[in-house]
Amino acid sequence: MKKQSNQLSNLLLAAMVALVLVLSSCGKANQGPTSGALSGNAASKVYVAPGQYDEFYAFMSGGFSGQIAAYGLPSGRLLKVIPVFSVDPEKGYGFNEETKPLLNTSHGFIPWDDAHHPALSQTNGETDGRWIFINGNNTPRLARIDLSTFETAEILEIPNSGGNHSSPYLTQNTEYVVAGTRFSVPIPQKDVAISSYAENFKGALSFVKVEPTTGRMNIEFQVLMPGLNFDLASSGKGPSHGWTFFTSYNSEMKNSLLEVNASQNDKDFVAAVNWKKAEEYLKAGKAKDFPANYMHNVYSDETHTATSTAMKSVKVLIPSECPGLVYLLPTPKSPHGVDVDPTGEYIVCSGKLSADITAHSFPKMLKAIEDKAFDGDISGVPIIKFESVLGGTVKEPGLGPLHTEFDGKGNAYTSFFISSEIVKWKVGTWEVIDRQPTYYSIGHLMVPGGNSMKPEGKYVVALNKITKDRYLPTGPELTQSAQLYAIDGDKMELLLDFPTIGEPHYAQGISAEKIKPKSKQFFKLSENKHPYVTPTEKDAKVVREGNNVHVYMTMIRSHFMPDNIEGFKVGDKVYFHVTNLEQDFDVPHGFAVMGATNAELLIMPGQTETLVWEPKKEGVFPLYCTDFCSALHQEMQGYARVSPAGSATALKWWLGDEKPVQ
Amino acid sequence: MKALPKILFFIAAAMLLTLFVFPMWQITLIAPQYPTGVTMYIWINKITGSEEGTLQNINILNHYVGMKYIEPEAIPELKYFPIVVLSMALLGMALAFTGRWKWWMAWLALGIIGCGLGLYDFYLWEYDYGHNLSPTAPIKIPGMAYQPPLIGNKVLLNFLAKSWPYIGGWFIGGTFILGTVAIWLQKRNTSIA
Repeated sequence: MKKQSNQLSNLLLAAMVALVLVLSSCGKANQGPTSGALSGNAASKVYVAPGQYDEFYAFMSGGFSGQIAAYGLPSGRLLKVIPVFSVDPEKGYGFNEETKPLLNTSHGFIPWDDAHHPALSQTNGETDGRWIFINGNNTPRLARIDLSTFETAEILEIPNSGGNHSSPYLTQNTEYVVAGTRFSVPIPQKDVAISSYAENFKGALSFVKVEPTTGRMNIEFQVLMPGLNFDLASSGKGPSHGWTFFTSYNSEMKNSLLEVNASQNDKDFVAAVNWKKAEEYLKAGKAKDFPANYMHNVYSDETHTATSTAMKSVKVLIPSECPGLVYLLPTPKSPHGVDVDPTGEYIVCSGKLSADITAHSFPKMLKAIEDKAFDGDISGVPIIKFESVLGGTVKEPGLGPLHTEFDGKGNAYTSFFISSEIVKWKVGTWEVIDRQPTYYSIGHLMVPGGNSMKPEGKYVVALNKITKDRYLPTGPELTQSAQLYAIDGDKMELLLDFPTIGEPHYAQGISAEKIKPKSKQFFKLSENKHPYVTPTEKDAKVVREGNNVHVYMTMIRSHFMPDNIEGFKVGDKVYFHVTNLEQDFDVPHGFAVMGATNAELLIMPGQTETLVWEPKKEGVFPLYCTDFCSALHQEMQGYARVSPAGSATALKWWLGDEKPVQ
Repeated sequence: MKALPKILFFIAAAMLLTLFVFPMWQITLIAPQYPTGVTMYIWINKITGSEEGTLQNINILNHYVGMKYIEPEAIPELKYFPIVVLSMALLGMALAFTGRWKWWMAWLALGIIGCGLGLYDFYLWEYDYGHNLSPTAPIKIPGMAYQPPLIGNKVLLNFLAKSWPYIGGWFIGGTFILGTVAIWLQKRNTSIA
């Protein structure tokens, strides 16, 4: 009996092997890619051998984490979480004295935001690897991250905005990053009845000029639009360079139960802003100075410190007084994503409640403006006739189109939230070529350079809102995820799933070679202009100024100088200004002191950072290096003695057998 | 081409001046955490590294085993060697014009002795750095010394130390070869005449 069952199972096994062989040879004969399921060589396409580098950097927005995560593609390996709008105790970001000013706003210090859309700087319509910008949605802000340091270099608050969502979507030479408000609000802000929406609420579209060498941002002007909800944006390229297109919903101008009330009109609008025209109006003195309160925060790599400056006014252009500045393009059903194709000819709009994808034609738009093919206006902004601007329609490609990226070979890739898929279609012929499911509910998608004039169309990354059963469960809160598809063949091929931080909205990708050679290894100590730098161990000291005590401390493998300090008192405010004297690649040191109510310091070679410590109790408290730096890292420690308030303990400090200094 | 030996000898002597333009020796330390290696360059008048912080980084590594800090200011040879080399070069260039091959030989012999002494001095410094270890060194390995090789490769704990002449050093070799050729040609010219 036993023997028989063995024979039977052997037979079954043989049959299965034969079947597999037959199937695999069929596959070879057809040369057809598999749909949905992974094909056999997917693993090798994402395998980056130990010690090898990824081909692309991907910068994923962290969504409600407020940060940006840098990944390698195709491996999906997380390289760094760059703190932007949210504090990060791991790096001391927002906790040390140097970075606190970056998170300052007109509402005071804010430790969090919701970061949605990263935008790599571009030159001649191509990503250049200098900076990446990202919007802060909740308390309207724009941030610039320096890609030589992967650190936040600047945060600019956007006044007259109710939520910075249609942003940054920069222009082809990074002339401007834009910042359109998602929520219209009274401008200037005032105490009015919410039901006076139609009368009092306006939507500001801000154009933030970027200084070409330093990257410094400055609000050049705002366009005061009617009370629509501006959703996303895309700046023109090539022939359409000089224009920026903003989608909007709520043309009904409702202020409650928007899911119903803002979904009634057949068409909403894309606002086309001619920013070159705006520059002319600005020169002609047509802009009004509106009082405004907003903060401009800039970090310096020389002082290793950020400064926060209060700004008091902003220049505003009013469309009814500036003919030719803005036009409205009717677009079916609450358009969400708007994406100008690499040729600059088509403006692809995804009506998220529409079954179709609508592409407006830029040349047709110019013609319609010339012919005055208008269909009325809203608050003096002309509405162009839908038929006069329509360039083409992708008929019923799926449900819930959101965003479109391009591969530079004439193909477009649109994400469909409701039908949870990516649809590949041809620009110009509007035919659907391929579709692949996503797991699940894709929001944005990203092709490296896919929003620029020169896409690097090798992969598309799906940024999904829901993962359900795709990963090991982690309680009620599950990870969100990215999915990588190869797009270098005719058919898209799913290669890899990987988790993301926060909730990924948009992302950007770029050839690693555009960033890697410029990546800073460490800061030169000789160029450190921090006001509290301690350039050598000989300069270490402790200075009391009333209740404030400034400790000028150094760190080097494997000790602090000084490492023993006496003479602190309860009630003191102690500033540990710690300078990392190392001048080598990858030798950061950390600094932590017991009872500190903020965080650690994580100090890069050549950098100075400051931790404030307010000892509440007398005693002797250890301090130590938190970043495993060397064979004697564990010995990198010291003591701070705290005496009662008003005691006579002298201030003194030392290292090793040296005589204490006092 | 009667002037050829003089020209060659002049060039040979002048080649000593390259020591002011290029390092004469390099010591490279290689370990897994230092994928590109840490390279120290020894010049006639200074010690530098492949990067600005190299010397500090080598000193940090060395202090674990109690080696003294390499402080170029504390090495007197870096001050008087340049004078010796400059004098030798000028003397050699002047002697080239005399055409007296016996003087040339004397100059070359002096140079070889000088080089020998220089290398011996280098050895003594290396010996001192490698053996004269601090009694309070964090890492002490009985019987272990950290003297890098005078010339060649040697494993020192987790590092492979490589010590080889560099561009300036190659030129010194060139000085001796070219000088010898010049002397030989000049001697032949003289005996024919």
